[in-house]
Amino acid sequence: MGRRVVITGIGVLAPGGIGVSEFWDLLSSGRTATREITHFDASPFRSRVAAEADFLPELHGLTDQEIRRMDRAAQFGVVAAREAVADSGIELAGLDPYRTGVSMGTGVGAVSSLDKAYRAATDHGRLAAVDHMRAPADLYDHFVPGSFATEVAWAVGAEGPATVVSTGCTSGIDSVAHAVDLIREGSADVMVTGATDAPITPLTLACFDAIKATTSLNDDPARASRPFDATRRGFVLGEGAAVFVLEELESARRRGATPYAEIAGYASRSSAFHMTGLRPDGRELAEAITVALDEAHLNPSDLDYVNAHGSGTRQNDAHETAAYKLALGPYAHRTPVSSVKSMIGHSLGSVGSIEIAASVLAMRHHLVPPTANLRTRDPQCDLDYVPLVAREHRTDAVLTVGSGFGGFQSAMVLARPDRRTA
Amino acid sequence: MSARTLVTGIGVAAPSGLGVEDFWAATRIGKNAIGPVTRFDASSYPSRLAGEIHGFEPAEHLPGRLVPQTDRVTQLALVATDCAFEDAGLDPGDLHPCDMGVVTAAGSGGSEFGENELRKLWSQGPKHVSAYQSFAWFYAVNTGQIAVRNDLRGPTGVLVGDQAGGLDALAQARRRLRKGSRLIAAGGFDASICSLGWAAHLAAGDLSVSEVPERAYLPFDAAASGYVPGEGGALIILEDEEGAVARGARDAYAEFAGYGATLDPRPGSGREPGLRRAVLAALADAGCHPAEVDVVFADGAGVPRLDREEAEAITAVFGPLGVPVTAPKTTTGRIGAGGAPVDVVSAVLSMREGLIPPTTNVELSPAYDIDLVAVRPRTASVRTALVLARGRGGFNSAVVLRALD
Repeated sequence: MGRRVVITGIGVLAPGGIGVSEFWDLLSSGRTATREITHFDASPFRSRVAAEADFLPELHGLTDQEIRRMDRAAQFGVVAAREAVADSGIELAGLDPYRTGVSMGTGVGAVSSLDKAYRAATDHGRLAAVDHMRAPADLYDHFVPGSFATEVAWAVGAEGPATVVSTGCTSGIDSVAHAVDLIREGSADVMVTGATDAPITPLTLACFDAIKATTSLNDDPARASRPFDATRRGFVLGEGAAVFVLEELESARRRGATPYAEIAGYASRSSAFHMTGLRPDGRELAEAITVALDEAHLNPSDLDYVNAHGSGTRQNDAHETAAYKLALGPYAHRTPVSSVKSMIGHSLGSVGSIEIAASVLAMRHHLVPPTANLRTRDPQCDLDYVPLVAREHRTDAVLTVGSGFGGFQSAMVLARPDRRTA
Repeated sequence: MSARTLVTGIGVAAPSGLGVEDFWAATRIGKNAIGPVTRFDASSYPSRLAGEIHGFEPAEHLPGRLVPQTDRVTQLALVATDCAFEDAGLDPGDLHPCDMGVVTAAGSGGSEFGENELRKLWSQGPKHVSAYQSFAWFYAVNTGQIAVRNDLRGPTGVLVGDQAGGLDALAQARRRLRKGSRLIAAGGFDASICSLGWAAHLAAGDLSVSEVPERAYLPFDAAASGYVPGEGGALIILEDEEGAVARGARDAYAEFAGYGATLDPRPGSGREPGLRRAVLAALADAGCHPAEVDVVFADGAGVPRLDREEAEAITAVFGPLGVPVTAPKTTTGRIGAGGAPVDVVSAVLSMREGLIPPTTNVELSPAYDIDLVAVRPRTASVRTALVLARGRGGFNSAVVLRALD
């Protein structure tokens, strides 16, 4: 086995709580952070609920200049990165900066800043063309969101390989997997990696309205996100970030760090079928899961928990359930599966990283977070989804998955570094 | 030792040519393709030149239903991908779908499409926003559409690192091949010649305001005063050597031999920019001594500070006048995520012909100690080429390509 990569620090900024501790409080309690949208007047929209983060950048160490310069999602990323680095206890300043890299995922980049800039520079749409004299100075860094990686790199002092990974709704898994690749191949020794998104904007809302992907359950915002439930009506937008410090196992041990988990396996596949539609059998997601397990040298029977994509659309939850049955066989029914999107919504690209954080915390606490709002069984979704209440459960190996527009299917296996392997 | 990664097919959509033949015919002689902006009314902006692809009719190349669902950048990407598979002598159906993947670099996504939907949103209201907006703008659109159209069900990827992302995507493709995929379609595309894109380029502050197409984008020239945006990109078919040989691939273009990437230090730190270290990492990865490099395809920012940084990095690695340097993107303008893959196409064609394409229009500033192939092409045996790309924010990427024996 070559270089093994472990998580040694975590930072989370999610709806219902800023920081790992508040995040885990929410997930383990089964409370939900979905509510009526307050970021702007959502009354003209079909779907008017979201899981919003109550985030005041001034309270999290960002300067006025940084707040002006950075998109909301970039701010999330920097705050979560700082928490992760502090949590890891690593002294990055003492390392060769060229050996520390950054990989940040995002689904929709700086969409809120672009939307704002467009409004400002067209007099709220009254001008047909964008007036560059009224556009913000940082418009290019919102237009091409490479800035999400550079801001994190500048915040932590990294000068190694840096990139933004943007594979839509699997970005948060794929970004971390990219960081793992860079450490394994020797291009970096430490990676600061994760994903961030702040998609609760009029444009995002409008385009998901148009295809009825987001929920119409406006009357009961706290119970609007209903993954795997027979009454589910689509996903609820969320926002937030999760960032990790990744290191090679032996060097983490040498400096006395206690790893949270090893990132033991990963694979991505394309369903290559349709930009928004999925083949019902879940074959490509199943293949990604199988390959990720193989890479981790684990069998389906070794999994203690499946952290589901569980977006709460009719199509996804059935597709995903089919994929688990294909990939895990009888263990699909014997392994707890849950969707934290029931509580924190779907923040598009970043949610994959937030779900990695949830998976790792489940391992740390031996507690599987629940699927909130799951009250009515759907015959197509017949696995053990840990409804409503968190469950104490020995958790040493977790599968987390993502699935998104464009056909992206990703699977990642997290495990204790000292596990026995198949 | 890992198996070698080969470039077995290329497809290009550039202002200087749609398709490899036209592109190379223009590039090898440095034929200028920069001209007045026609894709939108640029008369009210201080910069009015671009490298546009003229005469591209998506309906001639793509199914009719796909055209209204896609931004121009995706249409260009799909057409270039078709060309690349054809060039590789391969129908995607020849291999198992799960053995083939796709990795692309993105810049601004389907930005012209996005701007139109923003206009509808704010001038007409949310109910007028297109259902296609949900997948036509986001950065992953080209990878997704290429996978769907060609039934590529293997690993996927999308990277954003401004100009440098185009090389990062090829490197990620090589990683996927080393993990067991048979073929990865990899490249990058950008098309942001719309009013929102223009405002973004202007905000960044380095856009040339010259009115003269031949004088607007002059990297390494004492008169360098900014860049001109271009549109398009390239798609490269990468295969592992064993598989390529087994299927009887026609003679491959080159080996993708080395890669390195760094990020510049935080602005104002006073520390050395990261380009030199990226070059050294790529050379080390390729197991290649600087003296073996026959040509450097430069990033060529066209901004004096960045030109100086690049010239200094090249001189530091290769010595004064130590290696021929060229920037054929002077014919097309800077194509964002598409620029570096287009340079990779130029590099492999340069190897094939034994000719280094020129840095058109440029007269080398005496301030730089580099051997710039300016104005005219140069006949040379090109066995090893280094391609550089730098992105806004400080991204540095370098790729080494090596001729096959």
